[in-house]
Amino acid sequence: MAMKETTKLIPAYSKVGPNGLLTALKNGGPMIWLSCLIMGLGNILAGQFIKGILFLAIEIAFIAYMVIPHGGAYWLWMLPSLGDTATEEVWNDDLGVYEYVIGDNSQQILLYAVATMAVIVFFVIFWRASVRSGYLALSVKRSGGKVPTMKDDIIALFNENIHKLLMAPPFMMLAIFTMIPLVYMMLMAFTNYSALNDHLILFDWVGLQNFAAIFDSTSAIGRQFGSVLLWTLVWAFFATFLNFFLGTFMAMIIQRPSTRLKGLWRSILSLTIAVPQFVSLMIIRNMFKDNGAVNTLLQNLGFLGQGEVLPFMTDATWARVLLIVVNLWVGIPYTVMQVTGILQNIPAEQYEAARIDGANVAQQFRYVTLPYMIFVMTPYIITQFTGNINNFNIIYLLTGGGPTYVGDSAGQTDLLVTWLYKLSIDKQQYNMGAVIGIFTFVVLAVVALVTYRSSGSYKDEEGFK
Amino acid sequence: MAKKPASVKTTKMVTDIVVHLFLVIVAIVWLIPFVWIIAHSFRGESTGMFCSTFFPKEYTLDNYIGLFTDIKTMNFPRMFMNTFIISIFCCLISTFFVLAVSYSLSRVKWTMRRPYMNMAMIINLFPGFMSMVAIYFLLKAMGLTEGDRIPIALVICFSAGAGAGFHVMKGYMDTIPKALDEAAYIDGATRWQTFTKITLPLCKPMIVYQVITSFMGPWMDFIFAKIIVRAEAQYYTVSIGLWKMLEMEYIGGWFTRFCAGAVLVAIPISILFMITQRFYQEAMSGAVKG
Repeated sequence: MAMKETTKLIPAYSKVGPNGLLTALKNGGPMIWLSCLIMGLGNILAGQFIKGILFLAIEIAFIAYMVIPHGGAYWLWMLPSLGDTATEEVWNDDLGVYEYVIGDNSQQILLYAVATMAVIVFFVIFWRASVRSGYLALSVKRSGGKVPTMKDDIIALFNENIHKLLMAPPFMMLAIFTMIPLVYMMLMAFTNYSALNDHLILFDWVGLQNFAAIFDSTSAIGRQFGSVLLWTLVWAFFATFLNFFLGTFMAMIIQRPSTRLKGLWRSILSLTIAVPQFVSLMIIRNMFKDNGAVNTLLQNLGFLGQGEVLPFMTDATWARVLLIVVNLWVGIPYTVMQVTGILQNIPAEQYEAARIDGANVAQQFRYVTLPYMIFVMTPYIITQFTGNINNFNIIYLLTGGGPTYVGDSAGQTDLLVTWLYKLSIDKQQYNMGAVIGIFTFVVLAVVALVTYRSSGSYKDEEGFK
Repeated sequence: MAKKPASVKTTKMVTDIVVHLFLVIVAIVWLIPFVWIIAHSFRGESTGMFCSTFFPKEYTLDNYIGLFTDIKTMNFPRMFMNTFIISIFCCLISTFFVLAVSYSLSRVKWTMRRPYMNMAMIINLFPGFMSMVAIYFLLKAMGLTEGDRIPIALVICFSAGAGAGFHVMKGYMDTIPKALDEAAYIDGATRWQTFTKITLPLCKPMIVYQVITSFMGPWMDFIFAKIIVRAEAQYYTVSIGLWKMLEMEYIGGWFTRFCAGAVLVAIPISILFMITQRFYQEAMSGAVKG
């Protein structure tokens, strides 16, 4: 249903017609053209002094930021080279001491340059707003209307412009603490910022070299990338589908009409969800260590001799199977919660009809339950799949990616995300970490795009007009 | 239904027994880690990780007492307070952000609405850890990673992304009939008034859900916290502290206290989680009834 705009723009504004930037430039005349250089001029001429001065202040602040020493222009100027001067000790003859001459810091240059670009983007937004606003105010004045005062504008912020008021803080935070870092990390993938060859202070652009290294299966990093990617996909596949099928099975068993204490079983399962994951996973990790509770129990029960242990954490295959099994322990409750609701929605007549046709329980599941579940649960399964590709917690907390072969940076159970973490934090190979991050994004984006496009909520969204 | 022959009845009974036995085994498997950790948090014989039996033989309260009194190496009460304070700020900021964004996206028509939603979707696809290093550098450049400004850095870290996590709340607001808003406009209400007087009260169950979820964030995360706090022990959050207790140098003396700490954190968080589930279900049953 279309929403009616019962409250309109401030009445004076709404009389002047279209007010885009191009209209303003075309119809504005010399004063508006001048206000492209001196922001706020249009507003001041129309009598909106506070607004005009605010725009002017933004412009002055911006220019000042760009031209001061070590300001925006400096960082942009340094961006192509990322700095060349190393910190050096220089002999000072007058004082008779060595002095440190601080050189360039590439990491800082890159960060500040990206921040400067963000400042420029914000400035352009304000600049555009100022030209439009000046044009509007002048047009109102020319047509003899009452130019809205600052008070009117503030009132408008609580009414038709409420989205500007409400969106500003969250968007600013998102821009500063999510978007700038993301752009920064993506740029890092094209540098040699790494502890390898000592490029932690000064580094350079290297183009696509890092991407080439990842895909070169003869290099150490390329070989590891292949095996990590393969394990990531195998893991995501098993973790998702085993969870789904076993979880569905469990939900159906609990759902059976003759099962008693349904609520009890469900709440026991949901305890896993309620307890913070890092707590339960750290407990489980300690239970499965070589001298942990599980091996102790098996020894005490006589299944293992004294000193014999099952290599849960030290053998690659054991560790991988353990991860998938523990992930069942973590994930089945979620599936049960989801599936229970859906099972209750399957029309009873369908089962009735199947029974009359002589279908047994297995056939009912195969031809009634399963098709319905797959139809409803496909988006959920794909979300789970992408979630598992990104499943940092369980790997990091349970095996830490281990066991790791000597000389490798990736362990045998590392996913792309945990490897990314190890490369950036432990090994300080930031450039490689960034490359893997971008690659993970590509894998996720492909999966997500397909899902999102076909999901009901996206299509419904089109109806919002 | 017609009376079934005896053999069918027997089969049914056997199935029932098998099913219930299976469920009992499942329940044991799911409960064992929790029972185990509670038992070991009261263990009396040794404080290290290794225990020669699955369940301890002697029980004591010393681990809990030690956790709160032996504050020289690991100041657990302080960690608890740190996390609590950070969580409160985090929860206020995130909830406001989520509500503001959701309302703007659900109720107001503006040019950048769709681009914003697409942007949020793309941001959510990047692995969060990827930009972690950059966020640290950024916070460092702002001088927020030293001394008593660390908690501010943590609050920013945990709540800055809230503006991209609007999906559940927006979906909920979409179910509130637009006719309610229109009726309010006709009565002369401003957008702000419809937001605070109509939308927010109707979103109550979802707001409770949001508040508790964002409150729990800092209790669960240890990765961001570890990178930002580094070695500054007085600003540790609970999760870093618990993580530390299991590191090589501490595990010998701190394992049972770790168990005690884990139990103490898990209890309030589980209770909060159960509450969120109740409100979530209430929310899912519809915003406006009848």
